[in-house]
Amino acid sequence: MTTVTAGIGGVAEPAEPAGVTVSPAPRHGLRTRKRKEALLAYGLLLPALVLFGAFSFYPFFRNFKLMLYETPPVPGLPAHYVGLHQIGQTLTSTQFTQSLVTTLIFVVLVIPISLILGLALAVAAHRKLKGMAIYRMIFSSTVVSSVAVASVVFGTLLNPVVGLLPWLGINPNPPALESTTWALPAVAVITIWQFLGLAFIIMLAGLQSVPDELLEAARIDGANAWTRFWRMTVPLLSPTIFFAVIVSTIYAMQAFGAIDILIGPMNAVRLHTNVLIYNIVNTNSPALGNNTGQAAVMATVLFLITLGMTLLQMRFLERRVSYAR
Amino acid sequence: MAQVSFEGVTKCFGETAAVDDLTLSVTDGELLVILGPSGCGKTTALRLVAGLEELTEGTVSIGEQVVNDVDPKDRDVAMVFQSYALYPHLTVAKNIEFPLRQRGVDKEERATKVKRAADTLGLGALLGRKPAQLSGGQRQRVALARAIVREPLVFLMDEPLSNLDAALRVQTRADIVELQARLSTTTLYVTHDQVEAMTMGHRIAVMSEGKLKQVASPQSLYNRPANTFVAAFLGSPGMNLINGMLVESGPSGTEPEGAPGPGTLCVAFPGASVPLPAEVADFVRGAGPDVVLGLRPEAVHLSSDGSIGASVVIVELLGAETHVICTTETGTRLIVRQGAAAPRPAIGESVRIGVAPDPQAYHLFDAATGERLGPS
Repeated sequence: MTTVTAGIGGVAEPAEPAGVTVSPAPRHGLRTRKRKEALLAYGLLLPALVLFGAFSFYPFFRNFKLMLYETPPVPGLPAHYVGLHQIGQTLTSTQFTQSLVTTLIFVVLVIPISLILGLALAVAAHRKLKGMAIYRMIFSSTVVSSVAVASVVFGTLLNPVVGLLPWLGINPNPPALESTTWALPAVAVITIWQFLGLAFIIMLAGLQSVPDELLEAARIDGANAWTRFWRMTVPLLSPTIFFAVIVSTIYAMQAFGAIDILIGPMNAVRLHTNVLIYNIVNTNSPALGNNTGQAAVMATVLFLITLGMTLLQMRFLERRVSYAR
Repeated sequence: MAQVSFEGVTKCFGETAAVDDLTLSVTDGELLVILGPSGCGKTTALRLVAGLEELTEGTVSIGEQVVNDVDPKDRDVAMVFQSYALYPHLTVAKNIEFPLRQRGVDKEERATKVKRAADTLGLGALLGRKPAQLSGGQRQRVALARAIVREPLVFLMDEPLSNLDAALRVQTRADIVELQARLSTTTLYVTHDQVEAMTMGHRIAVMSEGKLKQVASPQSLYNRPANTFVAAFLGSPGMNLINGMLVESGPSGTEPEGAPGPGTLCVAFPGASVPLPAEVADFVRGAGPDVVLGLRPEAVHLSSDGSIGASVVIVELLGAETHVICTTETGTRLIVRQGAAAPRPAIGESVRIGVAPDPQAYHLFDAATGERLGPS
């Protein structure tokens, strides 16, 4: 009688004929080794999984549940299930739509200006001149300055009594940070300044990856500096610019430090600087809105907008990007 | 078409002179190869003509015009880079068209010229492709097409074959020679490969450490190297160079058996004395006494009555020929090139090396300066 046993991976194989002894050790050893490797791999992944799980994945999924529960305005009372009702209510509220428009203006102000300035500084610092390293350090330094410090510095510069503006003879009334027109551009300037360092570093790294020989070839072929920049540098830099657009979009959508420090939730102009992320923070704050459910709805909207814009950019910009070298 | 001349050109990077007092001219329609080891300044010299580097001293002229302060785009030169420097985001057609477009050539003429250049180099089927989709050889031809399309005064080629595999290199070498002959455009071609230089150049300028060592036709460079550097650099393997002293053999009775008669001029070094033929001796008598004797590997042979004693270190079989590498008792390395049919000595065997009786086989250089003694 022939017995059949299942081998590794479920492949059936005949049992050894009588009289022949084959050691099963190598196959068994292989299985043990593979299991050990897998255990090691999971073991190495574990710390990252725990951290991401606790601070990213769990809150992310918990947020969807929060959207379905309404929090009473008085702290301490239990939230109760309201289903999809709260979602519709939040999305149609004026506060939300206004906040959305403000976010849009803010993002449109921040992204192009910071990227164009970042590129301009990178082009200036890319030249092989003596002492350029110092400029590079200065230009990239904003990346390590904290939003609180930046806000205080700019707050002082914009101060109507001791600031730079009155020193220059510019005395807007009301002061910039209290003006319904200028408050948002003012905080946008701080955000631009803060992002400039990173934009500069990204662009400079991109410029350094453009081979000198290509620009030299273009020079011999008759291209002037302007043509070389637009017809060679910019197309070759397109993957970098593409990356910078995505990073800056995410950055601008999530920036609220300067708004919180310089405008604050109680300021008269706060509705004009109430970007979505700041709206979420305040709505969730026990002292202000104490409305975790609504905040969760808006957080989901912000997530979807960021995701959508990133996907759109990937879809449309990527086609225009020259990757091949 | 135009001639290109360097007049006392020096280019320094900081303290180092990459090109040192170079005077050289390329005649109209000539293919001049600048040959030298890496770091000898040959690429810098080429870039000075292109205008990609600024001169420290001297003048560079194209045609009648001194171009020291002329922008690269106004020099009417085309350059083929070692890396080809194709524009990766443009198609082959747009790459070839680029120089024409920059010069404001109208659309119809551009199309005609691009087609002609592409046909010349067999790129007709590839015009719609991007450089990344091409093989090395195809990229090389696109770079050439981009250079020829606008019919420049001068072609500058910076090691254009070094990224190709051996077989393709041989073929492209011939293609470039043929193309240059057809267009008769003045061409400066930079390479470190002496085979390329020998097969392609009308003349070869050999450079070392920023200095021009010799400029001559390939044949006279090979047959009458002006100094020990050129002698050793050209030829594969290079010339054997032996330090010795010029002595007149006298009736002292100390010479080994079979030594030349009294009054014969010899190059003597420990363990051997090589008599010089009368034609050579006449030229070098009175020079030295410290000299370097140069013998091409094909001018020496293993023979039992040879004047130089040595022992075999390595025997290299190359199919059609064999290189026998020996050392003399003072450690000087000598290479003997012999036919495949000749008997091969064993490694470690003691041999004697003889020199061909042809006066052309003997090259003598001043030991102090390295310069050639006798007719150049």
